[in-house]
Amino acid sequence: MSDPTLLVEDLRTAFYTKAGVIRAVDGVSFQVGRGKILGLVGESGSGKSVTGFSIMGLVDPPGRIDGGRILFQGRNIVGLPEPEMRALRGSRLAMIFQDPMMTLNPVLRIDTQMIEAVKAHHPEVSDAEARARARDTLGQVGIPSPDERLKSYPHQFSGGMRQRVAIATALLNKPDLIIADEPTTALDVTIQGQILFEVQKLARQTGTALIWITHDLSVVASLADEVCVMYAGRVVEQGSVDDVLDHPTHPYTEGLLRSVPSANPRGQPLRQIPGMTPSLLRLPPGCAFRQRCERASAVCATAPEITVPVPGRRVRCFHPILATVPA
Amino acid sequence: MATVLPHEGVESAPVAPVETPWRRFAADFLESPLAVAGLVVLLLIVGIALVAPFISPQNPYDLNQLDIMDGNLPPGAKSAPGYIYWLGSDDQGRDMLSGIFYGLRISLGVGVSSAVLALAIGLTVGLFAAYAGGKVEGFLMRVVDIQLSFPAILVALILLAVLGEGTWKVIAALVTVQWAYYARTVRGTALVERRKEYIEAALCLGLSHRRVMFRHLLPNCLPPLIVVATVQVAHAIALEATLSFLGIGLPITSPSLGLLIANGFEYLLSGKYWISFFPGVALLVTIVSINLVGDQLRDVLNPRLQK
Repeated sequence: MSDPTLLVEDLRTAFYTKAGVIRAVDGVSFQVGRGKILGLVGESGSGKSVTGFSIMGLVDPPGRIDGGRILFQGRNIVGLPEPEMRALRGSRLAMIFQDPMMTLNPVLRIDTQMIEAVKAHHPEVSDAEARARARDTLGQVGIPSPDERLKSYPHQFSGGMRQRVAIATALLNKPDLIIADEPTTALDVTIQGQILFEVQKLARQTGTALIWITHDLSVVASLADEVCVMYAGRVVEQGSVDDVLDHPTHPYTEGLLRSVPSANPRGQPLRQIPGMTPSLLRLPPGCAFRQRCERASAVCATAPEITVPVPGRRVRCFHPILATVPA
Repeated sequence: MATVLPHEGVESAPVAPVETPWRRFAADFLESPLAVAGLVVLLLIVGIALVAPFISPQNPYDLNQLDIMDGNLPPGAKSAPGYIYWLGSDDQGRDMLSGIFYGLRISLGVGVSSAVLALAIGLTVGLFAAYAGGKVEGFLMRVVDIQLSFPAILVALILLAVLGEGTWKVIAALVTVQWAYYARTVRGTALVERRKEYIEAALCLGLSHRRVMFRHLLPNCLPPLIVVATVQVAHAIALEATLSFLGIGLPITSPSLGLLIANGFEYLLSGKYWISFFPGVALLVTIVSINLVGDQLRDVLNPRLQK
C-alpha cells in the first residue's frame, strides 16, 4: 500500500504565554489511511483541537509547532510556506467546526460563501459552475431543495442544517482529509445520527480520510475505525475501535468508558474519574494521570513510554489492564 | 413540510415576503415616530442642500444680484427687485433664506466628506490592528489613544493655524480629529468577531487574509460603525461651524452655516437677531435630526436591545 493520507509523527505544539509554556500537544503520533476514520478522544483541554489546528497549520501565536512531522500524502507540511499551505487548506485539507451557529458568516448568503470557497482554489471555474457544484454538494449531504437553500442566509437554517452546510462547504473541493472538531456535539441525537451516517458514507465512497475529534465515546464507537485517546497533550492509548472500547488497557480509557452514564446501574451515583484534568501549565513530572489513577505507584513519577502490550495496541502506562484483554 | 414549487413566478397562495436582514432592519427602524420624523427632516435638508441653486430666490454670492440698499432688512421685508426676504437679509443685502440653503450645502458637504474619509482611514487602521494583533495592534492603538487624548477643537485649531485656510484644509483637520473614533470602534468589534469560528472556518477554506479581513470580518463589524459614522457626521458639522464661527474655518467664498452665524454676531445686540438666529436654527435642526436617526440606528443595530 502507498503512503497513508496523513502520518503524524511526534507532533509537539506549545503555547508560549506570559504565565509559562503550555505544551498542548506533546509527542503525538498517529496515522489515517484513505477512507479511514480516526476518532480522537479526550476531555476538554487534552489537546485534541490543537492537534487538528496544527495539521491545518492554523496555530495562532503565541502557539507554534515545536517538533515532529506531519506527512500529508507523503509530504511534510510542518513549516510549509503560507501560500503553499493556503493552497492545501480548503482544497486538500478541510475542517469542520463544533458550533454550526458560528461557522457560517452571518452576513453572507450560503451561495456567496460556497462559491467563494470553490473559486479560492479554482479561479478558472465560472460562477455558474461553482454554483452547480455547491448545489450538488448540498444535495449530497442531504439538504432538500438545495437550489432554494443556496439563496438563504445562515440564520434561516436550523442547527442541523447549518452543520450540513458547513460539511458541504468542507466537501466542495473534494478534500483528501477532513478534520472534524466535535461537529455533532451541539446537535441533538437524531440529527447527530443522520450526519454521522452521511459522513461515514462519504468517507467510504470518496476515499476521504477523516479525523473525528470528540469527547463522545458512543460517536467514536459507531463511526471510527481507529481511536486515539488523548490526555494532557499525549496519546495514552491507541488501537482499533472495537479493541480499545471493549478491552481498554489504559486506566484513563477505562475510567472514561465507566463514566458513560448508560454504563452505570440505575439508582447508583454516577461513576466518575476522581479529580480534575491537571493544568497544562503545571503538569507534574511523570504520568499526567497518576494523581487520579487507582493503579498508580511510585514508578509513575517517571514518564511512561509507549508500549505495545498486544499487537495493534499502543499504550502509555506502567500498569496496563491486561487481565481482560484476549491474547 | 410544504413542497417547494418548481416555478417561482407562479404563486398560488400569497407568500410572505422573505425576511432579509435588510427588510427586518427597515421595519425595526420605522417603529419609532421620532426617528422617522428625524429621517424625514434630514432627507428634506439633504434635498434642499442638493438643489439649493434651483430653489433659492437669490444667489447670495452673485454680486450682480445684491443691492447694498437691501441690507439688514427684517424678515418679511420686500427687496428692491420685488421679492420678499422671508428670513430677512444681512448687511450686504443677501437673502438669509438663500444663504442658509447654500450654507447647508457647504456644511453638509464638508461634514459628510470628512466623515467618509475619516471612516475609511479609521476602519482600515482598526480592522488591521484587530486582525494583526500583537505589536502592530499595540502600536496602532496607542496612536489612537494619543489622538483621542487631545481635545478635538484644539487639534483642529492648531492644524488650521499651521495649514492655513481652505475647504480641503478644514476637511483634513476634521479627518485628523475624527479617524481615531472609528479606529477604536472597529477594533473593538473586530476583536470580538475575529475570535468567532466563521473567521477560522474561512481561513480553513484557504481564503487569503485580505479576503477574510474585508469580505468576512468587515461586514460583521459594520453595525456599530454605521452608528458612529452618523453621530460623527453631526459632530463634524458642529465642529466645522465652530471653526468657521471662530473665523479660521472655511473661507468667506464658501460660506457655511457657521460663517453665517458669525456674520450676524455683531448685529445681535442691536436687535437684528435674524442674521445669526436663522442659520443657527438650521444648524440645530440639521444636527438634531442626524442624531435622532443615529440614536434609532443604534437601538436597532444593537443586538443587546433586540427583542
